[in-house]
Amino acid sequence: MFGFGILSGVIFLPLVGAAFILALRGDDDATLRNARWAALLTTIVVFALSMVVWARFDATSAAFQFVEQKSWLGSGLVYKLGVDGMSIPFVLLTAFLMPISILASWEITVRVKEYMVAFLVLETLMIGVFCALDLVLFYLFFEGGLIPMFLIIGIWGGKRRVYASFKFFLYTLLGSLLMLIAILAMYGQVGTTDITAMLAAHFSPSMQTWLWLAFFASFAVKLPMWPAHTWLPDAHVEAPTAGSVILAAILLKMGGYGFLRFSLPMFPDASVQFAPLVYALSIIAIIYTSLVALVQEDIKKLIAYSSVAHMGFVTMGLFTLTPQGVQGAIFVMISHGLVSAALFLCVGVIYDRMHTREIAAYGGLVERMPLYAFTFMLFTLANVGLPGTSGFVGEFLTLVGAFNANSWVALFATTGVILSAAYALYLYRRVIFGVLDKPNLAGITDLSTREIAVFAPLLALTIYYGLRPGPILDASAASVAHLLQTHTALLDALKVATQGMTGQ
Amino acid sequence: MTMSFSYALAHHFLPEAILAVGVLALILLGAWRGARAFALVNELTVGLLTLAIVILMLGGKTEAELFEGAFIDDAFARFMKVLTLVGSLATVLMSVDYLRRAKLAKFEFPVLVLLSTLGMMLLASANNLIALYLGLELMSLALYVVAAFDRDDARASEAGLKYFVLGALSSGMMLYGASLLYGFAGTVSFDGIAKAITGAPPLGATFGLVFVLAGLAFKISAAPFHMWTPDVYEGAPTPVTAFFASATKMAAIAITARIVETAFPSVTSQWRQIVIFLSVASMLLGAFAAIGQNNIKRLMAYSSIGHMGFALVGLAAGSEAGVRGVAIYMAMYLAMTLGVFAAILAMRVDGRCVETIPDLAGLSRTNGVTAFFLAMLMFSLAGIPPLGGFFAKYYVFLAAVDAELYPLAVLGVLASAIAAYYYLRIVKVIYFDEPAPAFDAAPISVRAVLAVSTVFMLGFWLYPAPIVEAASAAAKSLF
Repeated sequence: MFGFGILSGVIFLPLVGAAFILALRGDDDATLRNARWAALLTTIVVFALSMVVWARFDATSAAFQFVEQKSWLGSGLVYKLGVDGMSIPFVLLTAFLMPISILASWEITVRVKEYMVAFLVLETLMIGVFCALDLVLFYLFFEGGLIPMFLIIGIWGGKRRVYASFKFFLYTLLGSLLMLIAILAMYGQVGTTDITAMLAAHFSPSMQTWLWLAFFASFAVKLPMWPAHTWLPDAHVEAPTAGSVILAAILLKMGGYGFLRFSLPMFPDASVQFAPLVYALSIIAIIYTSLVALVQEDIKKLIAYSSVAHMGFVTMGLFTLTPQGVQGAIFVMISHGLVSAALFLCVGVIYDRMHTREIAAYGGLVERMPLYAFTFMLFTLANVGLPGTSGFVGEFLTLVGAFNANSWVALFATTGVILSAAYALYLYRRVIFGVLDKPNLAGITDLSTREIAVFAPLLALTIYYGLRPGPILDASAASVAHLLQTHTALLDALKVATQGMTGQ
Repeated sequence: MTMSFSYALAHHFLPEAILAVGVLALILLGAWRGARAFALVNELTVGLLTLAIVILMLGGKTEAELFEGAFIDDAFARFMKVLTLVGSLATVLMSVDYLRRAKLAKFEFPVLVLLSTLGMMLLASANNLIALYLGLELMSLALYVVAAFDRDDARASEAGLKYFVLGALSSGMMLYGASLLYGFAGTVSFDGIAKAITGAPPLGATFGLVFVLAGLAFKISAAPFHMWTPDVYEGAPTPVTAFFASATKMAAIAITARIVETAFPSVTSQWRQIVIFLSVASMLLGAFAAIGQNNIKRLMAYSSIGHMGFALVGLAAGSEAGVRGVAIYMAMYLAMTLGVFAAILAMRVDGRCVETIPDLAGLSRTNGVTAFFLAMLMFSLAGIPPLGGFFAKYYVFLAAVDAELYPLAVLGVLASAIAAYYYLRIVKVIYFDEPAPAFDAAPISVRAVLAVSTVFMLGFWLYPAPIVEAASAAAKSLF
């Protein structure tokens, strides 16, 4: 339509829904119901459209597909979209989780219309990030997402929402601005911000170092990596349930996607050079934040720290620069998108009933909520990485990659798996098992139909991808193999050089 | 020397001629009809300003020098003049209701604004030192008077006096610098100076350059010459503050860009250090000093200091891309500033003006539309994409990075991250806090300015070509 392709449709359709909701007048129950249904329907249609993209996607090719291009902003910049094997899983993940988030927000009663509009605008920006094939366009979507998220945390958040929203915004903004400078410098050298041209361009090793660091500043905050992770627990704790879901499941993945799309392919020399630094930070993240998670009193905070630990596996996997590691990292991101989303929804379920996230306030829930206990258990085990769930596949692959690259790294990272089992099961025991002796828990009810509808698709996918990881791995295989060509050559050269030095 | 004036080129001077003749006619009209003339003079002023904008936008695209090269009409001058005129037009439109309520409805106000605008237009077209000074004084003298327009108000009188004393000082410095430049170059024309001062300039000429730039920095209110800004912004009547923050800045930046690029193109390294210093000092001061402000007009004063710093980043690049960045920055800044001041003018509780930030508390619940517009303007001022303010910063930083001014660019983004804090604070007050008393319904002109500028900021990314192309043409004409 008008020369725009299906990706533009997927990206901008949520805005149509948002405009419709904005046009609704009045604040009575009927209007609010309409707003909720409009948001839900929009996100479902977007998901259906993204499935059409998926069905037509050719996984055997490493090239960008569904490319559309328009001139924009005069010289140099283009409006260019496209997906390849590394981005399409994230597009699908986003489109899949949005209806679930909307459904999980059904009980929101304050400023419903604004809430739905903020989420729909956020969806546009998130899908845009994964589809953009122009650096400035990418930046636009990447940073534009701060505005709706800031409002979501600040308006519908918990007690310390103002602090959390400011911290989230300013941390991310500062990182991104450094990336902007790097983008401008790259534009100066290449003469265009078209990502395909940038991928073909070669930057001098000294320039790569600076560019890599600038991009790292942005993605390390977004992902987040230790020590830039401190905004995450605050933001997670204060955000409303659906906000936490989107934050953990998708916004964090933008950092990993950024490494995958920009840092690794565009700055191969710097990536090889900085890999040890990333290993070190990843291992600290995995071990340290797992230990921190052990002592948390707040359920959401615990899951937030567990997210940081899982993102440690992602960065470690990416910078092993092996096919297993990189594909494993992509798989961890998708799996974490499903599992962490589900865990935050699990917290949301009991928070909606009891209005507290203190672990100590719960105990013995299995007696009153068997269905909930079952659901929570499955996702807890998936979070730990039990074979048969999607959590296992990704972690296993990243560890295989790490063993290939550096066995010490793998050794330390593996202890993280044990620690994750410790904190996750410890949490589960305290919340679900034990004696139900708290008087206000006596009347707690099990999952409602709406909540079952929210969890069912997540549960199905977690198990499905655990048993049959093929679809995700096949989709990204060609692109990852293409990505790693340069690195393999570089690493081989490095190996030869080291051998030559030791031989002398 | 004989004066020659070619009538064939007269149309290049048409907008200024219209304003000059118009302003004299309006004074006569006002003198004849007295106090009753306010409404009529206002309407005619709006008409004259609109006419000038239309002529500039539809008129010839050629370049010409008039009056022995004192006046130049090129794409850059036209671009900046249109911005100036838009600022003046919005000021006049927004002022009517305010002046009536403050019992200041005198016909002199629009006349003075018009006179000052005429000075700004001459400034944007000035092509030698004399024309520069003439334009500057015509602009400033009218500004001194409007700053103290509410003469019974102590704060306004103080603002007017402060502005006058410091403005006169800056004019003096500027004049001194100009005389030094004339002494060493032997000419007042910018082209002549460019030919005379090359390579390693004599020390006196460098001094002259420094003094001229210091004088202009006063008008731009770039740190460390910013001291008057917060007091004058806070004390002057709000429409006047809007005028200071919008139109005046356009003209001052226009002449600064023109003088450094056309009179000193071969000594870029000399003036670049000054511009970089002004830029860094302004960005950092704007970022830090605004954090503690409680009065929104004062906050906007520091914000405008910071924004001038960002605009100067583009100028420091000393390239065509840099001037394009400055031109785009000024266009965006104009829209954002006018929008914010429209919102400030809408801050009225029970007929009384309020201007502290807590007065905005919970605006999203009492007046959702104004709240949304103001919040978007704040995000835009902070430079968050996809709003227009981001593109403004994008183009100036692009030029700076292209000129390999990496430290300047990094300092700039740091300053902009710090500044984001206080813009966010306003969003926080609007959206997260419990409501303060609701505002009265704002007059239609104020709401229109707010809506137009916000929509412009929100939609800029959809169709940026007209502004970017016009700015490119403008930048090209200086090189």
